[in-house]
Amino acid sequence: MTVIGWLQIILFCIIIVALTKPLGWYMTRVFGGERTFLSPVLRPIEAGIYWISGVDEKREQHWLTYTVAMLLFHVGGFLVIYGVMRLQAVLPFNPAGQGAVAEDLSFNTAVSFITNTNWQNYGGESTLSYLVQMLGLTHQNFLSAATGIALAMALIRGFSRASMRTVGNFWVDVTRCTLYVLLPICVVYTLFLVWQGMPQTLGPYVEATTLEGARQTIAVGPVASQVAIKMLGTNGGGFFNANAAHPFENPTALSNFVQMLSIFTLGAALTNVFGRMVGNQRQGWAILSVMGVLFVAGVAVTYWAEANGTATLHALGLAGGNMEGKEVRFGIVASSLFAVVTTAASCGAVNAMHDSFTALGGMIPLINMELGEIIVGGVGAGMYGMLLFVILAIFVAGLMVGRTPEYVGKKIEAREVKMAMLAILVLPLMILGWTAVGVVYPAAVASMANAGPHGFTEVLYAFTSATGNNGSAFAGLTGNTIFYNLTLAASMFVGRFFMIVPAMAIAGSLAEKKSIPPSTGTFPTTGGLFVGLVVGVILIMGGLTFFPALALGPIVEHLAMNAGNLF
Amino acid sequence: MLREIRPAIVLLLVLTAITGLAYPLAMTGIAGALFPAQAQGSLIERDGKVIGSALIGQEFKDDRYFHGRPSATLAPDPNDSTKTVSAPYNAANSGGSNLGPTSKALADRLKEDVNKLRGESPNAAVPVDLVTTSASGLDPDISPEAAQFQIARVAKARNMPEDAVKQLVASNVQGRLLGLLGEPRVNVLALNLALDRASAK
Repeated sequence: MTVIGWLQIILFCIIIVALTKPLGWYMTRVFGGERTFLSPVLRPIEAGIYWISGVDEKREQHWLTYTVAMLLFHVGGFLVIYGVMRLQAVLPFNPAGQGAVAEDLSFNTAVSFITNTNWQNYGGESTLSYLVQMLGLTHQNFLSAATGIALAMALIRGFSRASMRTVGNFWVDVTRCTLYVLLPICVVYTLFLVWQGMPQTLGPYVEATTLEGARQTIAVGPVASQVAIKMLGTNGGGFFNANAAHPFENPTALSNFVQMLSIFTLGAALTNVFGRMVGNQRQGWAILSVMGVLFVAGVAVTYWAEANGTATLHALGLAGGNMEGKEVRFGIVASSLFAVVTTAASCGAVNAMHDSFTALGGMIPLINMELGEIIVGGVGAGMYGMLLFVILAIFVAGLMVGRTPEYVGKKIEAREVKMAMLAILVLPLMILGWTAVGVVYPAAVASMANAGPHGFTEVLYAFTSATGNNGSAFAGLTGNTIFYNLTLAASMFVGRFFMIVPAMAIAGSLAEKKSIPPSTGTFPTTGGLFVGLVVGVILIMGGLTFFPALALGPIVEHLAMNAGNLF
Repeated sequence: MLREIRPAIVLLLVLTAITGLAYPLAMTGIAGALFPAQAQGSLIERDGKVIGSALIGQEFKDDRYFHGRPSATLAPDPNDSTKTVSAPYNAANSGGSNLGPTSKALADRLKEDVNKLRGESPNAAVPVDLVTTSASGLDPDISPEAAQFQIARVAKARNMPEDAVKQLVASNVQGRLLGLLGEPRVNVLALNLALDRASAK
């Protein structure tokens, strides 16, 4: 580890915290339906969209209607992606002449993109046409991100409202999020990325003759416009197979730094939106502190482990850390930081191959996802995931003193706690259940690329990433098989929607409750004690659930490596 | 609930048209006008022919050139389309080795490559990036140490004084941005082009 390395990490944290408040202010105005500086341009477009789609923006929805609207929207999104993938051979914008994508791969990818997972069983440049990249993937990058934020807004409204039956209007939330938040940032962001060297063209792949006379086919395409929303919306599905490690998808140290910032920025800002809407910004800062503690701890471990290298490298006298699967322009620190950021948030983009990380360095991304991706988390999804853990922590605190727990003026009762537990238990069910199948079912075992405990970790990582809707991979695992296409799709679906529906039920139930003013017996939720309690609950939940699996994978691999074993 | 069906269809189509077609196509137009070179892929031409992209690494095996990092990219086997074969720096199918820290295959590969490089310059320490594969398989850069490691070989193959090559390397080192972000590096293709120009003089 170096001083310059830590300075890069500190600078990253400072900029995220600095952006949280202004962006939180702006987003609160957007979702409150207030005027913003973009309204003169965007308001007529917004009104036009409501008019042709028959949306009455004044009419709010009950939580069930809101949820059904969201689900219907996803059915449509699924059909669009599946359709263009199956038909890409006969559709335009296909200069490389890609053929139709297979049924199971199309199914997996469609589920993957509507759930904001963006798991890559497809190869990007070797499988998809430009039309699929734009119409299929870029569009769903926007909409699944907007959906996540909309759902978080509905839950936040549950806390901030009192004695109301509605939680907002899904169509309005999605439209406003897309038009006022995601699109304007992406327009500027795309131009920045192209300036840094990212291609943005509809032209065919380039044929080059290298200096030594060999032929090199260079894949290009409309990359920048997709990468902008892929990062901002914590989607993470790459234009290219190597994702953000590809020089075209991440050309410079600056593009890398800005990409990391854009993964975190909206999720962090939502904590401020929460604080503002419940009437005390310190409530938001307390939640961001919980995230910050867990994040910095994760970065420290991964950076240390990667800088330390592996026993194999040491034996050969190779210094400079574990550079297998990393790019020179990012080096150890920017690769380690990126890995923690992308798994803390539910992004899943990678700028280094996690499969080649050291055992402990690769365990942190795994833990980040197993904790439910609540360290900033996916846009919106991280916020509602974190609020579920807050409800549990408050419940635990209430048990300790024998008093009905309350949080930001709302009593937390049996229904909320049951729903929170239901949502949280989905994670281990999918992750551990499918991993158990994956390591014994012969057709699945053949997919492992590495032998020994590392092979087990590949399978565990795949189902963790899919259930957590992350999308990063220990990419050695051959995921494009019938078994993995179907089981991973199931994990993604359950991991997304079985978390959303209970969260929305909580939103509806909270919105109907009266707001009670804080009294002397109210547990303060803005201080260090609260932060410590929530961190504790998160770690105990995650630790007890996943420690045995981690012990079989990365932990035993680390011990084996130090004992000199190779597989 | 039924009245949610119309927005589910119409709003989806409208937003799809905006974000999936209007946005990427407009950005393609604007980016192409503002940054035409980058938008096309930062292509480099010599004598009117495209010889590669400034951002994409290419394979160098000749002693007269500086070599990039090993690449783990694959291509479909021409004899059997269900299999793949090694195809270093295949810029139409990026990817890494995905070998883990306790992989025997990785340990064997590293050992072989290190021994080969030790044979080339027995006295210098082998830079780690010169024996490890990159994540994309297309890494255009090597560390300054990895470039320095190859100076003697290149100078000998080209009959150039070592100092001249050393100077070329030094002038091709890109530092950290603002002294802080990223890592110092040398773009292999740019360095080799500079070498060719220097030799031609």
